Amino acid sequence: MSGKELSEGKKAERRLGLWLCAPAALVMLAVTAYPIVYSIWLSLQRYDLRFPAERQFVWFENYVTVLTNSYWWTAFGVTSLITAVSVAIELVLGMALALVMHRTLVMKGLVRTVALIPYGIVTVVAAFSWRYAWDENTGYLTDLFGATAPLTDRAAALGIITLAEVWKTVPFMALLLMAGLALVPDDLLRAASMDGATPWQRFTKVILPVMKPAILVALLFRTLDAFRIFDNIFVLTSGAQETGSVSMQTYNNLIRGLNLGIGSTMSVLIFIAVALLAFVFVKVFGAAAPGSDDGGKR
Amino acid sequence: MGRAHRGPGRRGRRWRVALGAALVASPLVAACGSESGGTTVNVYYATEENFDKVVARCNDEAAGRYRIALNVLPRGADDQREQMVRRLAAGDDEMDVLGLDVTWVAEFAEAGWVAEWTGQDKADVERGTLQGPLDTARWKDKLYAAPKNTNVQLLWYRGDLVPKPPTTWSEMLDMAADLRSRDQPNTIAMTGAQYEGLVVEFNTLTAGAGGRIISEDGTRALVDDGAVKALQALRDLATSPSASASLSNAKENDVRLEFERGRAAFQLNWPFVYAAAQENPAVAKLIKWAPFPAIDASKVGTSTIGGYDLAVSAHSRHKPEAFEAVKCLRDAESQKYSAINSGVPPTIESVYDDPEMAEPYPMRDAILDQLKKAAVRPATPAYQNVSTLISTILSPPASIDPDKTAQRLRAELQDALDSKGVLP
Repeated sequence: MSGKELSEGKKAERRLGLWLCAPAALVMLAVTAYPIVYSIWLSLQRYDLRFPAERQFVWFENYVTVLTNSYWWTAFGVTSLITAVSVAIELVLGMALALVMHRTLVMKGLVRTVALIPYGIVTVVAAFSWRYAWDENTGYLTDLFGATAPLTDRAAALGIITLAEVWKTVPFMALLLMAGLALVPDDLLRAASMDGATPWQRFTKVILPVMKPAILVALLFRTLDAFRIFDNIFVLTSGAQETGSVSMQTYNNLIRGLNLGIGSTMSVLIFIAVALLAFVFVKVFGAAAPGSDDGGKR
Repeated sequence: MGRAHRGPGRRGRRWRVALGAALVASPLVAACGSESGGTTVNVYYATEENFDKVVARCNDEAAGRYRIALNVLPRGADDQREQMVRRLAAGDDEMDVLGLDVTWVAEFAEAGWVAEWTGQDKADVERGTLQGPLDTARWKDKLYAAPKNTNVQLLWYRGDLVPKPPTTWSEMLDMAADLRSRDQPNTIAMTGAQYEGLVVEFNTLTAGAGGRIISEDGTRALVDDGAVKALQALRDLATSPSASASLSNAKENDVRLEFERGRAAFQLNWPFVYAAAQENPAVAKLIKWAPFPAIDASKVGTSTIGGYDLAVSAHSRHKPEAFEAVKCLRDAESQKYSAINSGVPPTIESVYDDPEMAEPYPMRDAILDQLKKAAVRPATPAYQNVSTLISTILSPPASIDPDKTAQRLRAELQDALDSKGVLP
């Protein structure tokens, strides 16, 4: 520690800094650390609210139960599939939308506002309108595509869930990417076209590399979010025909089933999965954590 | 540092305003909790048309000794249960009377959330109440609730197409096939979506074949021969050309609509379809009813009991008043009013004989008859798990493979009964 080298004034300033941080740190501890630790503690117990007498400490038994269960792995597969497919589509569409919003000459404000509308609609409300659109009695989309009850078919239902997710979050992706686009200096693009680069080359050789940090942050945010998908599935299929995500299953065990042990185990497993995803993004791909202000250029 | 110079500036003023607002609001907040002067009995009950009028009558009867406040729970049964369970598990003493779906009584009783009925109160509830509904309110030979209204499914059919209703399941399928060969509407509509409605059908068919899904004491998964026959029957229907295209997504109302649109010749559904049909003269003229067809011809008219029971919360601070309020809310007069105005079948036998019941309930004899040989759903505190598993494993009904499905049910239901394993 270099504490000794600091002058009295510096020390006082540092102490004041710590004191000023303390309330925020305490709030963070209360609202995040405590629930996390409590979940872990619950996940090590057999604890079903309906059988209060049978509560006991069972170490990692719940983890064995969940991790050897086929329902869990089905849900895990469904969640991973929806995450991968929807984030990939969102990236492509979001990039296209970002370019449009960035380049548009007339009515910039209007274009950006209109593009953001889906993101502004409450997910549950949007999900209900998707459900009615695909209903076999009232659905105009069902009629349009000549389908019969698409939400009862697993593949079709997963497709619709992904569609609803994509529709909902493309604007968010576009917004993050547009911030990255603003980082690309016009001089650089002009220099590239002077050197004879085609538009596609300018996009892949200039824009994308400069935007890489912004893209990684956008992907990180969306992947973590998509992995915890709940409301769309809850409304569209409520997890029928094996379309439930891990969050749905956690809800079913914890809130409906009142099994605090198994439910908390699932929460902890989702937490670990999300933490791993974040770790991979930050360490392997070099995504900059938001706030570490070197622009992500290492 | 800057502390010394800061006077009561903008920030200070804002704080004082906030504090003032809090002070003004606090008595209001307190007032919501407890009424000063007089006891309030908080009733939590599902959405039921005109139930507020029943509450109003009971408030008159209480003559100021207590006041019943009706709190309406969400529409979906799962949402109702979740709200009550969350609060009860946290020891909330603001809930006094709870409206329980008949399948929840065991769970609430075992967890110690509802108070047992004893002495005179118990005798009052048991007197004149039909056996089937009363059984739903019991757990381990103790009474934990008072049956408010009941429900049984009947077979509804098109009188113009079907001259004589079928008595057995296979006869119904044959009739549908016959109608089909003559190019007549022949669909058999049934609640086949992955939810409680599918469990009800499975339970009804199992009982109609003389089988059991779970042992009487709710500890062992049996899924015996009768249950295997029921699985076969479900599969027969689902794979027959007379099954509805949306069978695996159909709930009560979808089934009703399919019938009213004229596509179906039969529907297996609750009596609300009769009241609904009266709004459509063309349907009202054709709709007829019969006892629920069974697999075993001697068990015709065996059907699963639905409905609601009223229980008193174990955490209630006004138990004597709560028990009294429940007795009023479900007495013969209240039940008659609800039956006529809200369409829910009574649990007290004498109400059925009332002359006023004849017009809205032309099928009352059939209902009464079925209530007497009704099949109660498996009683177990883990019913939620059992139901979720059954509906998951049986969905979609066309993919049932009787022996294999039964084997899977046995293994997974046992885990569910022990509250082990994972819910899908």
